[in-house]
Amino acid sequence: MKNRIMLFVISIIGLMLISCTSKEQKNPEAQLKLNGAGATFPYVIYSKWFDVYHNQAGVEFNYQSIGSGGGVKQVIEGTVDFGASDAPMSEEEMKAVMDKQETEILHIPTIMGAVVVTYNMKQVGKGLKLTPEIISDIFLGKVTKWNDSKITAVNSGKKLPNEPIIVTHRSDGSGTTNIFTDYLSKVSNEWKDKVGTGKSVNWPVGLGGKGNEGVAGLVKQTEGSIGYVELAYAVQNKLDYALLKNKAGNFIEPTFESVSAAAEGAINNMPADLRVSLTNTDGKDSYPISGFTWLLVYKNMKDRQKMDALKTFLKWALTDGESYAKDLYYAPLPKEVVKLCQKKVDLITLKK
Amino acid sequence: MFDIKNSENIENVKQQKNNFAASFFSLKRISDKNPGDLIFENITRFFAFVVLSLVFLMAYEMTKASLPAIEKFGLKFVTGKEWDPVLDNYGALPYIFGTLFSSLLALLISLPLSVGVAIFLSEIAPRWIEQPLSLLVEMLAAIPSIVYGLFGIFVMIPWLRNEVEPFLAEKFGFLPFFQGPPYGFGMLAAALILSIMILPIITSISRDIMKAIPASQREAAFALGATKWETIKIVLTGSKSGILGATLLGLGRAVGETMAVTMVIGNRADISWSLFDPGHTMASVLANEFAEASSEIYVSALIEIALLLFIITIILNSIARLVVWSVTKKYKTAKV
Repeated sequence: MKNRIMLFVISIIGLMLISCTSKEQKNPEAQLKLNGAGATFPYVIYSKWFDVYHNQAGVEFNYQSIGSGGGVKQVIEGTVDFGASDAPMSEEEMKAVMDKQETEILHIPTIMGAVVVTYNMKQVGKGLKLTPEIISDIFLGKVTKWNDSKITAVNSGKKLPNEPIIVTHRSDGSGTTNIFTDYLSKVSNEWKDKVGTGKSVNWPVGLGGKGNEGVAGLVKQTEGSIGYVELAYAVQNKLDYALLKNKAGNFIEPTFESVSAAAEGAINNMPADLRVSLTNTDGKDSYPISGFTWLLVYKNMKDRQKMDALKTFLKWALTDGESYAKDLYYAPLPKEVVKLCQKKVDLITLKK
Repeated sequence: MFDIKNSENIENVKQQKNNFAASFFSLKRISDKNPGDLIFENITRFFAFVVLSLVFLMAYEMTKASLPAIEKFGLKFVTGKEWDPVLDNYGALPYIFGTLFSSLLALLISLPLSVGVAIFLSEIAPRWIEQPLSLLVEMLAAIPSIVYGLFGIFVMIPWLRNEVEPFLAEKFGFLPFFQGPPYGFGMLAAALILSIMILPIITSISRDIMKAIPASQREAAFALGATKWETIKIVLTGSKSGILGATLLGLGRAVGETMAVTMVIGNRADISWSLFDPGHTMASVLANEFAEASSEIYVSALIEIALLLFIITIILNSIARLVVWSVTKKYKTAKV
């Protein structure tokens, strides 16, 4: 018995030694590890990037998708090398970073997402058309029936039932809600005054579901319901989604192209820090509820090795990395935006 | 979570207590104990203190973190109905209401069912049915709550929406409890799921309590010519307060339940007596909003909700323990 235990212990120690040495042989820079935390939405493509880049350049990334709010908190506390968020940091939060870490924060857009308005009505099927006014009125609880004259006016070919509209929304705090309420605040003054923009808001009507899957579950289960989910989630789960009327007056289907077009439409008014909302942008093909997701990096970094690694990684991600986007159901950044982002990456310097 | 200085302080206090306990111990009985026993006893004593200090540490940390909200909103936090993260205005009443209402409803459904099962198991069922059945009931407690939630969404809610709620609205629509459109998601769904989840704990404790009633009492009743039902009534009278304790433990479980409730309750912070309307609970608002809460006062308000929940569950559980203790004590002394 004792012999057997000894054998077991020895073999485990042996295995540990083997694994250590083999790692060192594989790449000598394996010690370099970058820690990041934040948004869950881009987690799929980020982990793909980190994995591919690790194999190419030997830099290891440890990314924890704890949510945008958590990412921002960690950036303020300085416990990570970079953060990630679906919503740009507020002035207060950036000031907090300045106070605690003595550096500015750069917002670098990585990919784009969109929010689609999904609904469940068998009689209507695909391709319901909605205007900004209708959406805000539905979510304010002012339009309550599917055959409301406002809805029938833009859906002339469709037979809309005299059924109540059951509104659903996210119950958890999320970047998706942030983009959606940002859009509603832009298109409706009443929404702006009564509810406002945020990751969680005080909804005037409706049922709440936790996560994209929670809202999708509510919508799928309930005939006559309407809700909003991420584009990627809607595409993967083949949900029915509405065509939305954009600023130029066209009804646009949410696709990766129309989402990228939203960024192109905003390129002329893009602020220098790239903390921009892409809802309701100009451009005839722009899908109106689109948005960036950002990596949050320190402008002045403490560690030269880490800085170099992060800069080369970001340049790689913005060029080669973007090609993975569509396969993973994200919209890639348009070329003009990539150029702006690369200039941002060049601003990262070593702390003096 | 907590600063090191504090934890050191607590560590020191703990050690002082430990030293005191050890010296007290050694003065009295060191002569007749072997050192192994002494070490072992002190180690276990230390572990017990760790658990105790954990509870106090949690209470302390939660109070500290919720101070900004307590200072800003005061009592209005408990009575306010608005929960608006955009304007940073927080009132927790809908969540407190939702937690208590859904738990009490669950109890109302679960209690007769559980006591019925417990009577059958302890008084009526033959051994070969009793054992597998008790096992099955206790196995209900081992099912993860997310599974209950999924069962709720995919099986129970369509049934509620299409069959149960229209029926209730038609027959009892005049009552304030059955108003509004039948969504399926809502208070009724939450109460039903919770009642299934607390059934095992109430059943198994009630059964044990009934079995603790001395067989001589049953025999005496039979000898006096009592029927089976009359005998059961005697057993029930004896185990009344024990069953009450079990019920309170079940209530404690219902109050703290998070995942399954969030999935079926509809997550809407309204106060409504209608079982068809969606509601929200303290535990589910924490699960929903904590991860993305950014402003300081928002986090603080959420932690204050956690503190309130902590206090409510502690009160419920202490009452339950006291009741159960008192009844078992009575029977132990009665036996002697």
